[in-house]
Formats: sequence, C-alpha cells, structure tokens
Amino acid sequence: MTTPTQSAELLAATTLLRFATAGSVDDGKSTLVGRLLHDSKSVLTDQLEAVEHASRNRGQEAPDLALLTDGLRAEREQGITIDVAYRYFATARRRFILADTPGHVQYTRNMVTGASTAELAVVLVDARNGVVEQTRRHAAVAALLRVPHVVLAVNKMDLVDYAEPVFAAIAEEFTAYAASLGVPEITAIPISALAGDNVVEPSANMDWYGGPTVLEHLETVPVSHDLTACHARFPVQYVIRPQTAEHPDYRGYAGQIAAGVFRVGDAVTVLPSGRTTTIEGIDLLGESVNIAWAPQSVTLRLTDDIDVSRGDLIAPAADAPVTTQDVEATVCHVADEPLTVGRRVLLKHTTRTVKAIVKDIPSRLGLDDLSQHPAPGRLVANDIGRVVVRTAEPLALDAYADSRRTGSFLLIDPADGTTLSAGMAGASFAAAEEPAAADDDAEWDF
Amino acid sequence: MTTVATVHEGTDHPYALSHLDSLESEAVHIFREVAGEFEKPVILFSGGKDSILMLHLALKAFAPAPVPFALLHVDTGHNFPEVLAYRDRVVAEHGLRLHVASVQEYIDAGKLRERPDGTRNPLQTVPLTEAIQQHRFDAVFGGGRRDEEKARAKERVFSLRDEFSQWDPRRQRPELWNLYNGRHAPGEHVRVFPISNWTELDVWQYIQHEGIELPSIYFAHEREVFNRSGMWLTAGDWGGPKEHERTETRQVRYRTVGDMSCTGAVDSDATTLDAVITEIAASRLTERGATRADDKMSEAAMEDRKREGYF
Repeated sequence: MTTPTQSAELLAATTLLRFATAGSVDDGKSTLVGRLLHDSKSVLTDQLEAVEHASRNRGQEAPDLALLTDGLRAEREQGITIDVAYRYFATARRRFILADTPGHVQYTRNMVTGASTAELAVVLVDARNGVVEQTRRHAAVAALLRVPHVVLAVNKMDLVDYAEPVFAAIAEEFTAYAASLGVPEITAIPISALAGDNVVEPSANMDWYGGPTVLEHLETVPVSHDLTACHARFPVQYVIRPQTAEHPDYRGYAGQIAAGVFRVGDAVTVLPSGRTTTIEGIDLLGESVNIAWAPQSVTLRLTDDIDVSRGDLIAPAADAPVTTQDVEATVCHVADEPLTVGRRVLLKHTTRTVKAIVKDIPSRLGLDDLSQHPAPGRLVANDIGRVVVRTAEPLALDAYADSRRTGSFLLIDPADGTTLSAGMAGASFAAAEEPAAADDDAEWDF
Repeated sequence: MTTVATVHEGTDHPYALSHLDSLESEAVHIFREVAGEFEKPVILFSGGKDSILMLHLALKAFAPAPVPFALLHVDTGHNFPEVLAYRDRVVAEHGLRLHVASVQEYIDAGKLRERPDGTRNPLQTVPLTEAIQQHRFDAVFGGGRRDEEKARAKERVFSLRDEFSQWDPRRQRPELWNLYNGRHAPGEHVRVFPISNWTELDVWQYIQHEGIELPSIYFAHEREVFNRSGMWLTAGDWGGPKEHERTETRQVRYRTVGDMSCTGAVDSDATTLDAVITEIAASRLTERGATRADDKMSEAAMEDRKREGYF
C-alpha cells in the first residue's frame, strides 16, 4: 500500500526520462517491464487484480507480471500487430515514459521508432545465451539513433547460478562492441526480472555486484546535455498575427527550439533566404522572457519585418547551417513497399516538407555484423542503408550527430502519405566514420 | 524576465525543464503543427478535465492571437448541467466557435435507437463521425491519454482515420522523433492527441500549476446519488433511479466526467485542488477502475472509455 509519505515523494518528482526497451521475445522483456512497474508501485490495485485473475485462469499460483503487458500480446494473437506501446510510471525521483518495443528480429523499425525519442535504451540479454546476433542489432540501432545512454541488462542470472564470470564475459563483449559503434555510455547490470534481482531492489544473490539497480540507474542518469554547447536551431512552425485591436502589429514566429539557447538581442539568420536580423523579443507561451532553450516551445519576435514563414529555420548569424539540396544519409526503411533508386518522394525535415528524388542507394547495412552490401538497388521494410537524395528546395540540414532534431527527416510517399523511411543525415556511426576523434562523444545531442 | 532556471539532480547545467514544462512544450508543438499543416481542425470538447486542459494549451500555443480552431461537443443529452454551463461560459469568454452534435436529435429523428441498457456511449460515434464529414474537419483533437489503458498505449499522436473514421492498429504509421506525418487523402482525417504522454497525475498537477478552473463536480460535494451495480450514479431524467433503487445524500466527487448514466462518483473529502491531488497520488485504483465496482461495471467502464475517446 502507498503511504502518505510515498505519495508526497511522488508529487515531488520533477524530471522526465524517456527510454526504450529492446530485447527478443524470450529474453524476458515483458517480465522486466512488469517488474519495473510493479516494484516501483506503479501498478494499481485494479490492474493487479486483473493480472491475478488472468494468472489464476492460466493455472498459475503467483501473479505473472508479464501479464501486465500481455494484453497486447493477446491482441496480437488476434491479428493486431502493434509497433510500439508507450507506458508511464513514476518514482519519488523521476517520471518515466517507456517506449516498449516488441522484439521480433525483422522489426528493426520498432526499435528505431522507440529509440528516436529515447534518451536511454535498455538492451536485454539472456545470461545463458550471451551476446547474440539480435543483441548486436539492438546495439547497432541504439548507436545509429545516437541514444545517449545504453543499459545492458543481463537477465536470467538466476538460471546461471548468479555467477559473476558469466556476467563479466557478456558485459565485456557487449561493451567492446557497443563502444566500437561509438555508444558514449554503457552500463551493464546483472538482473533476474523474474526473481526481482537488481531491477528495483538490490540483489542478495549477487553481492559481487556493486553497481546500481536498473531503476536506480534510470532515476539518476542525466537527462539533459549541455545545451549551451549545441548549435542553436529554431524551425518556424507557425506565424502568429492576431490583427486584433489589442495587438494590431504583433508578428511572432512560433516553434519549438530544436537545439541550443536563444537570447533577446541575438543576431540571427533566417534560412533558406539568408536574411539577417535580431531577436527583439521571446514569448514563452504568453509570457515575455530574455532567454529560452531547447526543447521549449516559444514565439520569437524579430526586429526587421522580413519574410519568414513555416518551414524556415532561424539560427545564430554566426553559427547557421549550410543549406543543401543534396542529402546524404542513413535511412531505416519502415514501409512495406520498397524504396528504390529514382523514386520520387516527399522529404519532411523539421517543419519543412519538400519534393525529393532518391538519386542513389550506395549500400545496405548488415546490422548483425555491420557489413556494407554495395548497391542493393532497393531497401525493403526494416532495412537500413545509405541513400543520396536530391531535394527540390534547399534544406538547412545538420548532421544527425550534431542534432537529433535538425539532422533527422522522413521520406513520405507523395501519393498516399505513407511514411516510407526514417532518415539521419551524415555519417552512420560515430566511430566508423571518425575513428580518431573519440572525444566527439561529448557533442552528441538529442 | 520571470523564467527560473532550475538545477536538477543528475545534471549540472541550468537549462533543464521540469516534467510538466516538457509535456507542455510537446503538446504546444503538436497544436502548432496541426495549425500549420491542416485546413480545418477542431477540438473535441466534452467539458471534462482533459479537454479543458487541451483548450488551455491551445490558448497558450497561439497567444496573443485567438485559438484558430473551433470546438466540437458531442452532446449525449445526459450531460451534467454544471458541465454544460462551464462549456458555454468558456466558449463565450474566449470567443470560440462551438459545434454541437446531438445524440438526442439523432434519436428524435429516428436515426438512432435508444439502447435497452440506457447508455448512450455507443450512440455517440455516428453523430461524431457525421459531424466530421459534414464540416469537413481534417484534424480532430482528442484528449485521449496513453496511460488510460492498454489499447490507448498503442495510439499514435497523429492517428490517421479513413472516411469512416476507423482506426486500424495494423496500419498505423511509425511515429519518429517529433516529425508528425499528417498527410491524408480527401475524406480522411487525422485524430490528434496532444496529451498522449500525460498521466492523470500530470493533468491534475498542471491544472494546479496553471490555476485552471474546472467544473464543480470534480470537487467533493453533497449529491443525491443511488447505487447501481456498485457505482454511485447521479439521479436524473436520463433514467435513474429505478423503482428498486434508493437515493441517498453522499459526499462525492467525479474523477472523470462523461454521460450521467455511466459515470460513477467516488466518495471523497477533497474539496480543493491540493486535496484532489493528494487523493489521486495515494489512490490505489486507476482513474477507470475507480468508477467500476465489479465485472459487470467493467463493461460499462469500457464503454465509457470508448465514449470518452471515441477512438
């Protein structure tokens, strides 16, 4: 039962962590998620009663925590396939949004979807099997999507006698692999989701392990990077012009700051036109402020009455991105229909959607061994590959390595609006492209 | 300059946002995306806390300009009078346009038939979808939240609907980063859920933070209620109590606001926002579970949920 003290603590939690889980179906991911929800007291009485009821119906004596997420599985059995489910829980220290991604081998797009908004990814491994092909795929996707923190949860430690050498070997192999992909931070934790070891409560069975539990790590991992070091970027979403008696001359550019910090008085450039002006005022949802930062939604007012509209990008005059019509990127193809060379598409980048054509598909990535398969001709669902796209209008595009917001884009079918591919501009893996620049990790942004 | 930069544990820079600020910023971004990409959006407005929250976010998103969307209320004919009064008051106060799709009119015209169990939940879908088609709305904001139940946990922020307003979970577009794809064919529309990522507690804490006014039925008050299948229902012309059901005066409040025939009140002493939030934080029942008492009522709650979202 929740005590008054616990509820007071719950109300005090003020930061938000978005994270994703990845694991094969048999690795115990449902049990881990169920354990996290249950042991953090995020499962309420009526939900638990439903699980107990379902467990009894299956002839199980103890409540099966996997059933907390099993309703989805039952629906899948009826033919409903869902990419990602989002779950919510809170502790005294933090609120959490969990992107729960089904772990089928072929559904790379599920993890790409979950990882695109995540600041942390939990990769689950069965201690008996160690690092397998699927584990390497998960690590590669986390690295491609530039998820800042990766947790390796070595599960089912109870089935290997809680043996430290088993954990150490898996942790070492995974860490070496993920580090070679440029994953900036890797934390390995030995757990038993079924028995509850090191998920929320520290394990009495593994006194050799001195690190945090999964929840403790989730509660304390930094959720923000030093945004002052990022290139400031402001995609214009909407022009606010009240034209009312009270505000006859108000003209504000509404948007969500994608990266960095903006201050009143900053000299800024509007792209793609290249016109330069100054920030006259910043309105934070109706309130005037002197400074604003990502990811705040604000409205900028500019000194000069220049032409600015939805799709434009406002950036510091001294630090504006170069515009281009030739985009080289890594894409994950998410549609059933293949992506082919010569295909005409729409490209949605920040608030700007432009016509584009796929000029080349130089390679397809083998996620299991990171091999490059040259000139595949096309990408099918769940493929990851390099593409070269020519756009009809210039884009103010950053490298995805510099900004997950202004370096990402969608390819869309102009005929029926289907989302075809998720794109990341620039190099695929941090380490693969720049082996010498290990200190580049500090510049990762999301 | 009134913004206070807060330093949070686990991070050493001053540019952090509280979880409520993050959720607010995300929701505002979604409202503005719709304003930028669609021709004729509308906000579903029931007078419940989630739709009131949405309207508040929309007001902030476009300030100092007016909200560029109309409201659409699907009126079951069994609404709480306090909620209708609230609806009309905010519409007048903010100079909004209100469309009403009336279940009663459909029944009177013989286009819908009253159900034997008296609930009008399932009856609302037709007036809603016909209103969308008739007014050619191409984006319809709903206050659905993914924490409400398992099916909602799978809903997209931008959810494409065909010309029959159908949701096909198998054909959802993957939603990547904050790049929402709102493209749709003529006749299709997109349901948009700006507060997908909010929990019930987030909603209440934000309402408190922003000082948002709510209909009085959300706070503990004396009310004539009667017990039907374990739920405290408000007596009224809609069809209760029946002969064997006795009314009594209890101190109650509502956690959700919907049709009077199927929305249960909870016993409560919470007369203030502080007290409501303390009560919810300590509650061991979900928002939905709190208004059902047994398996029979869980079916009613399921219908109620569908009604709340229609999605």
